[in-house]
Amino acid sequence: MRLYPILPSRMSILRVDNLTKTYASAGHALTVLHAVSFELAAGDTFAIVGPSGSGKTTLLGLCAGLDRATSGSVWLNNIQLDNLSEDERAAVRNQHVGFIFQNFQLLPTLTALENVLVPLELRGQRGAAKTALALLDRVGLADRAHHYPAQLSGGEQQRVSLARAFANRPAVLFADEPTGNLDPDTSERVVNLLFELNREAGTTLVLVTHDLELAAKTQRTLRLRGGKVVEPAVMAEKR
Amino acid sequence: MTNTSWLFRMAWRDSRRSRARLLLFMASIILGIAALVGINSFGDNLARSISEQARELLGADLVLSANQPFEPKLEPALSKLGAARTREVSFASLVQFRPGKGTRLAQVRARDGGFFYGDWDTEPKAAAQRFADTTAAPGALVDDVLLVQFGAKIGDSVQVGQVTLPIIGRVLKTPGQSGITTAVAPTVFLPLAQVTATGLVQRGSRVKYTRSYRFAPGTDVAALLKTLQARLDAADIDTDTVASRQQQTGRAFADLTRYLSLVAFVALLLGCVGVASAVNLYVREKLAAVAVLRCLGASGRQALLIYLIQTAGLGLVGAVLGAGLGAAVQGLLPRVLGDFLPVDITVSVSWPAIATGLVTGLLMAVLFALLPLLSIRRVSPLRVLRTAFEDDTAAPDPLRGLVIGVISVFILVFAYGQTRDWKLTLGFGAGLLAAFAALAGLGRLLMGAVRRFFPAGWGYVWRQGLANLYRPQNQTLTLVTSIGLGTFLLATLFLTQAMLLGRVQIAGQKSAANLVLFDIQPEQRAGVEALLTAQKLPVLQRVPIVTMRLTAINRRPVSVLKKDTANGIPAWALTREYRVTYRDSLNSSEKLTSGTRPTLGADGVPRISVETGYLERVKLKLGDTLDFNVQGAPLRTIIGGTREIDRSRVQPSFLVIFPVGVLETAPQFQVVLTRTGSTAALAAVQQALVRQFPNVSAIDLGLILRTLDDIVDKISFVIRFMAGFSILTGLLVLSSSVVISRYQRVRESVLLRTLGASRAQILRITLVEYGLLGLLAALAGIGLAVLAAWALAVFVFEASFGPAVLPLLGLAALVTALTAGIGLLNSRDVLRRSPLEVLRAEG
Ligand SMILES: Nc1ncnc2c1ncn2[C@@H]1O[C@H](COP(=O)(O)OP(=O)(O)O)[C@@H](O)[C@H]1O
Ligand SMILES: [Mg+2]
Repeated sequence: MRLYPILPSRMSILRVDNLTKTYASAGHALTVLHAVSFELAAGDTFAIVGPSGSGKTTLLGLCAGLDRATSGSVWLNNIQLDNLSEDERAAVRNQHVGFIFQNFQLLPTLTALENVLVPLELRGQRGAAKTALALLDRVGLADRAHHYPAQLSGGEQQRVSLARAFANRPAVLFADEPTGNLDPDTSERVVNLLFELNREAGTTLVLVTHDLELAAKTQRTLRLRGGKVVEPAVMAEKR
Repeated sequence: MTNTSWLFRMAWRDSRRSRARLLLFMASIILGIAALVGINSFGDNLARSISEQARELLGADLVLSANQPFEPKLEPALSKLGAARTREVSFASLVQFRPGKGTRLAQVRARDGGFFYGDWDTEPKAAAQRFADTTAAPGALVDDVLLVQFGAKIGDSVQVGQVTLPIIGRVLKTPGQSGITTAVAPTVFLPLAQVTATGLVQRGSRVKYTRSYRFAPGTDVAALLKTLQARLDAADIDTDTVASRQQQTGRAFADLTRYLSLVAFVALLLGCVGVASAVNLYVREKLAAVAVLRCLGASGRQALLIYLIQTAGLGLVGAVLGAGLGAAVQGLLPRVLGDFLPVDITVSVSWPAIATGLVTGLLMAVLFALLPLLSIRRVSPLRVLRTAFEDDTAAPDPLRGLVIGVISVFILVFAYGQTRDWKLTLGFGAGLLAAFAALAGLGRLLMGAVRRFFPAGWGYVWRQGLANLYRPQNQTLTLVTSIGLGTFLLATLFLTQAMLLGRVQIAGQKSAANLVLFDIQPEQRAGVEALLTAQKLPVLQRVPIVTMRLTAINRRPVSVLKKDTANGIPAWALTREYRVTYRDSLNSSEKLTSGTRPTLGADGVPRISVETGYLERVKLKLGDTLDFNVQGAPLRTIIGGTREIDRSRVQPSFLVIFPVGVLETAPQFQVVLTRTGSTAALAAVQQALVRQFPNVSAIDLGLILRTLDDIVDKISFVIRFMAGFSILTGLLVLSSSVVISRYQRVRESVLLRTLGASRAQILRITLVEYGLLGLLAALAGIGLAVLAAWALAVFVFEASFGPAVLPLLGLAALVTALTAGIGLLNSRDVLRRSPLEVLRAEG
C-alpha cells in the first residue's frame, strides 16, 4: 500500500553548506559544529552518528529550521532557511518537514487522532480527519484513536508520532534518536514501520542516532566527533 | 478562515484535559466577580436603606423648627408645603406622677399627631393611634424609663404644669431619638391641644416649635426649600431634611460605603492576582506543548491565540457564574440577614451591576492572563530537542509594556468606578504598585541572598529545600508576589475592618455612657460619685460646665447687633445661654479644623475653640473677639480655633470650649457620665439621686442608644459578612498559587525518589521550601498591609490607628501553614503514586 507517490529521484532536497554553530556560554565561545557540509537527494536515507555530545542534535535542529546557524547555510526543498524569520521557518516546517523525537513529544492534552490532525489542520487541509485515521490505521492504532498519550505505551506513542510525522507528506523527515526510549523489541517494530512508511512515501529521511546497527539501515552515514565530520558522507548504497 | 476555527478547536481540545488545572483560575474569577456584583448590588440596596433609615430618624420629609412660635405672616407660604404635617411644641419641665411621689425633669413634647415615618413603638400598640385621635379623650404617652422609675403604670395619671392626664401608653422607641444634644430628658407626650392649659408656655420660657411635613414620593425637597429659604432664615427657622439628616447620621455610614467599595476592590484584585498567578504557572506547564506546536509549524501568534482563546472562554464562563452567584447571594442576603437589617430591603436584580461584573470579569481574565501568556510567542521550537538553557521567554517584550499599561488603566478605572474619587483612586493605584514592587523586589532579594549566603554546612534537607528557592524553574518570584499580594490585601481589609468596627463600637455600645447626671454642684461632686460607686457604677467622664451669655462681638454690643437685621447673625446666637466647658485638649470625637486648641494667650486673653458650623452661621472668623458675661463678671475672649464634632458619639458636645486657667473659680456645675447595665439599675440610681441630690437630674440615653445600637449591629454584621467573602477569595488565591505550582516540583520529587530519597526527606524538603516562601510572603504582605491600613486610617477614614498585633501574627501563621500544608498535600499526592505513573501522566 502506497500512501504517496515517490518523488522524482536525484533532486537535491537538503543541502548543508559549511554549517558552523557557536554557543556563547559562560563568557567563552563554544563551537559545537565545525563547517559541516553535505547534500541529500529526494528519497535518500541518511544517518548522523557519533558519541553523545558530538553535535548530532544540534545539526538536526539546524537542518530542520528549528535553530539558526552561526555561519553557513541550509537549503531545504530549495528554500534557503538562513534568513527566514522564526514564523517563516515555522511555515516551512509545516509544509516540508516531519519530526520524530526520542521522547515522542505528543501533546498530552490531545487524543492520538487529534495529535495526528495538528499538522493537517494547521495548514487547513480538507478531509484531514480521513487522512489522519488512515495513517493511524497504517501504524496499527486505529482502535486507539481516541486515547490520550498517557493511556498509550511508549511504542504506541512513538507510532502515533510516526503517523503525525507523515501526515503532511513531508519532503524530509527528521528523527532524533527515535528508539532511545524504547526496549529492543518495540524499537525494532517502530524502526521497521519508520522505514516502510518512508519507502512508501519516498520521503528523505535524516536519522540521528548513536546506534550503529540502526545507522546501518540507511543508505548513507555521516560520522561526527566533537562537532567535526569524521567520515564524509559517501554515496555508497549500503543495501 | 479555516485557521481561526482551528484555533478555537485547539483551544477547546486542549482545555478538556486542562480544565481541572484551570478550575482555580476560574474560581478566582467566579469569587472575585461574585463579590463585586454582590457588594455593588447590596451596597446600592444598603445605601437606599440607609436613606430610608434617615427618613425614619427624622420621622418626616422636612422638619422646621424655631425657638418662637411661627409668625402668622409666614402661614401662607408654609401652607404651600402641603397639608400632611404635624406640629409640636416641646420644652423641659418637671413632671409628677401621683401626688407625693416626687417630681422629675422631663422633656415635654406636645404633638397633634404621630410620626410619618419610622416606628413609634408604644405599649399597647394602639396607644399611638389613640394619642393622635383628637375625638378621643386626651391622654399622655410616657417613656418606659419614667414609668419604671416612678413605679407608675398605664392608667395612672401624670401632671404637667396645670394639666393632669391619664397615661394611655408607654413609649419604647421614638423616631429621631438620637444624639445627646436632643435628648435632654425622658419624654412625656401630650396632645398639642393641652399645651396652653399647662400654663408652661410663656414669654421667656425655652420652648421649641416644630412642624413636620410629609411629601409625595419623589418630591425634590431641596428645590421646594430653596423658594422658602430666605424667609425661613429671616424668621430664624431651622430646617432639617432627610438629606441633611442622612449626612448627620454619622460618619459610620459614609465609612461603611467606602469600606464596601474597598472590599469589592480588594475582592477583584485578589481575583486578578489569582488569574495572573494561575495562568503564569499554567503557561510554564504548557511550554513543552507550545514548543511542539511551533515545531509542527504553528506561528508564535497562533500559539498565543490558542491559549488566549482558552483563558478568555473560561474567563467568560467564570464571569457568568460569578455574576450569577453574586446576584444569588445578593438576593439571599436580606433573607439571611432578616432581623439584622435596619429596614426591609427590596431586592431588585441590578442589571447594570451584572453587566459591569461580566465585562470586568472578561477584561480581568484576558488582561491578567495575557501578561503571562505573552511569553508563549517567544517559545523556541528548540525546546523539543532539549530543555532550553537560554531563557527564550525572558527576552524583553514591548507588548508586555503595553499590556501592563492597559492593566494599570483597568485598575484605575475600576478603582474610580468604586470610589468616585480621583485622589483615592491614584492613592490606591500607587499603593498597589508600591506593594507589588516591594514584593517582587523581596522575592529577588530572597533568591539572591539564599544563593550568596548558601549554608553549605547545613543538612541535606535544608540545603535541598533552600536550593529549590533559586534553581532554574523556581517559583519564588511567583509565589512571593501572589501570596504576598493576597496576604497584603486580606490583612489590609482585616485591619480596616477592625479599625471601623472599633470606632462603631465606641460610638455605640459597650463602654459608652448611657446615663448623664446634670447640674452637680461642685460641693456635691464627691457625694454623687460616692453614690455611683456604691451602686457599682463607673464614672466614665466628668465635665465641668459654666453658663454665660454673649455681650459683644468684636466690641459691638449684642443689643446693637440684635437691632441690625442686615448683619445676618441669627438671633439665637445673641440671646442664648452658652453652656461651655474648659480643657486644653480636644477629645476623640472632636477634630481641629483651623487655628489651635483652646489655649490661654500670653496676653492673658483666652483663645477659645468654637464649633465650625457655629463660626459660619454666626458669621465669625478666627481672631474675632467675643465678650461674655459669666454670671455677672465680664470676660473677653478671642476665637483661636475651630472644631468639628462627630455627633454620632455619645459625648457632651459644646459650641464653645475655654482653655483651663480661666473659669476654674466661676460658678459652675458638673456633668458626670456613667453606664448602667439594666433599666432597673437605671431606675434605682435615679431614685437614689432624687432622694439625696434633688437638684441633680439624671438623663437616660438608653432610648437613643437602643436606636443607634440597632444600626451599629447591622453595620458590623454587614462588614464582617462582606470581608468574609473577600477573605474566602484570598484563601483560594493562596491555595491556587501553591496547587498549580506543584506541577513544577512533581518531576523533581519523582526523580529524587528514584534516586533513593525517602518519603520523609521529600516531605521535609517541601516543608522547608514552601514554609519559607509562605512565611516570607506572609510577613511581607502583613508589613505592607500595616502601612496601607495606616494610610487608609489617616487619609480616608480619618480614624486613629493601632493595629492589633496578635491577629496579624495569627494571619501570618495561617498563611504560612496553608502554604506549607498545601505544598505537602501535593507532595503526598506524588508520593502515593508510582514514579513511572507520575512521569507518564506529566510527560
Ligand atoms: N544552548 C546551549 N548552550 C551551550 N552549549 C550547548 C547548548 N546546546 C548544546 N550545547 C552543547 O553542544 C554540544 C552538542 O550537543 P548535542 O547536539 O545535543 O549533542 P548530541 O545530540 O550529539 O548528544 C554539547 O557539548 C552540548 O553541551
Ligand atoms: Mg542528541
